[in-house]
Amino acid sequence: MAFTLPALPYAFDALEPFVDATTMQIHHGKHHQAYVTNLNNALDKFPELKDLGIVDINKKVGTDAIPKDIATVVRNNGGGHWNHSFFWKIMTAPTNSNGPSDELKAAVDASFGSMDVMKEKFNAAAAGRFGSGWAWLGVKADGSLGITSTPNQDNPLQGVADEALLPVLGLDVWEHAYYLKYQNRRPEYIAAFWNIVNWEQVSENFTAAKAGSPPAL
Amino acid sequence: MVLQLIAGRASATFLASGVRGLATAKLPDLTYDYGALQPAISGQIMELHHKKHHQAYITNYNAAIEKYAEAEGKGDVAAMIALQGAIKFNGGGHVNHSIFWTNLVPSKDAAPASGELLQLIEARYKSMDAFKAAFSAAAAGVQGSGWGWLGYNKATGGVEIATTANQDPLSTLGLVPLLGVDVWEHAYYLDYKNVRPDYLKAIWQVVNWKNVAERLAAAK
Repeated sequence: MAFTLPALPYAFDALEPFVDATTMQIHHGKHHQAYVTNLNNALDKFPELKDLGIVDINKKVGTDAIPKDIATVVRNNGGGHWNHSFFWKIMTAPTNSNGPSDELKAAVDASFGSMDVMKEKFNAAAAGRFGSGWAWLGVKADGSLGITSTPNQDNPLQGVADEALLPVLGLDVWEHAYYLKYQNRRPEYIAAFWNIVNWEQVSENFTAAKAGSPPAL
Repeated sequence: MVLQLIAGRASATFLASGVRGLATAKLPDLTYDYGALQPAISGQIMELHHKKHHQAYITNYNAAIEKYAEAEGKGDVAAMIALQGAIKFNGGGHVNHSIFWTNLVPSKDAAPASGELLQLIEARYKSMDAFKAAFSAAAAGVQGSGWGWLGYNKATGGVEIATTANQDPLSTLGLVPLLGVDVWEHAYYLDYKNVRPDYLKAIWQVVNWKNVAERLAAAK
């Protein structure tokens, strides 16, 4: 079964003024679509891998389970497809952005001291990722929350990740995610992001992660 | 030691010409107006790219080497190692962009490659057109941020296409940079959005082959 581009859960302009409609249109319809197309093309010769599903494909990145001649394409495009599918869901219209569940808030306080400190560390990871990549908040093997960043379309589910985390919240810091509106001002984009976080989804992701499951896409 | 007695950022200028002779970086001027490379590259991109992106690499590089000098002075190896990433990113960014600005010229002043440069390109790629296609394909294929290069190989005496990630300079591959094309999204996104191949087609209009030839002559 071929992978398909998931529909956005909101209109292109729903995240305004924090993420502009044109960026959402190109980011979803062009960039994410390209990851889906490239992934499907690469897996054409290996249909059994298509049946694995996107989560398991990502988990197998960096292992022998992915044939060598498609390893890089699968890492970049399998990563890109999972990352963006996850990303659209953890954002929502600013008027809809509530707050973390009590459980998530307690876990944040336990791991970082406070939400503010967590945000500072997340912002630092996002701003400090040189070149293209993502910042992540996720549940570590020991059950506590951790923050990391990954290059390009890598994610913490993959075998190649520096730090294994079950992602709960993530932010795309490729320039295509913010350049039309923010140009070089990545820190401004990162600060704006907090206005559109879908805390309901993030809290659900946390519940799943605590139970050992990656977030539902 | 005189250095240890100096405190505060005001000392940075002193350090630049002071005891250790730290060679801080400075933003080079362009030899053309921001708008002079249109329509291949817009004035808006050129201004942001030069004044903001390149300047940021310089600012961060200068800060990093100042801290590195302090750490070195104290023999703090851990701190020196921790700074190496910042020096590579930002120093590489400064080196790469300084080359890039000279590799570009307004299209009305651009002349085709000739002489030894053309000979070496044709020796490897059969024709200029074939070279451009191969270069564009390599640069289009860079995952994430990076650069496409035409480099000179001192060992073989020939030229070759290569790519580097992020701001890694071409020296990391043992080649001398002759022509570099920035494929970070900031280099083209405002004009070309996701269509990097269109940027790579257009940029040939503004390549300064004279400069590329000068770099080849200097490398030999």
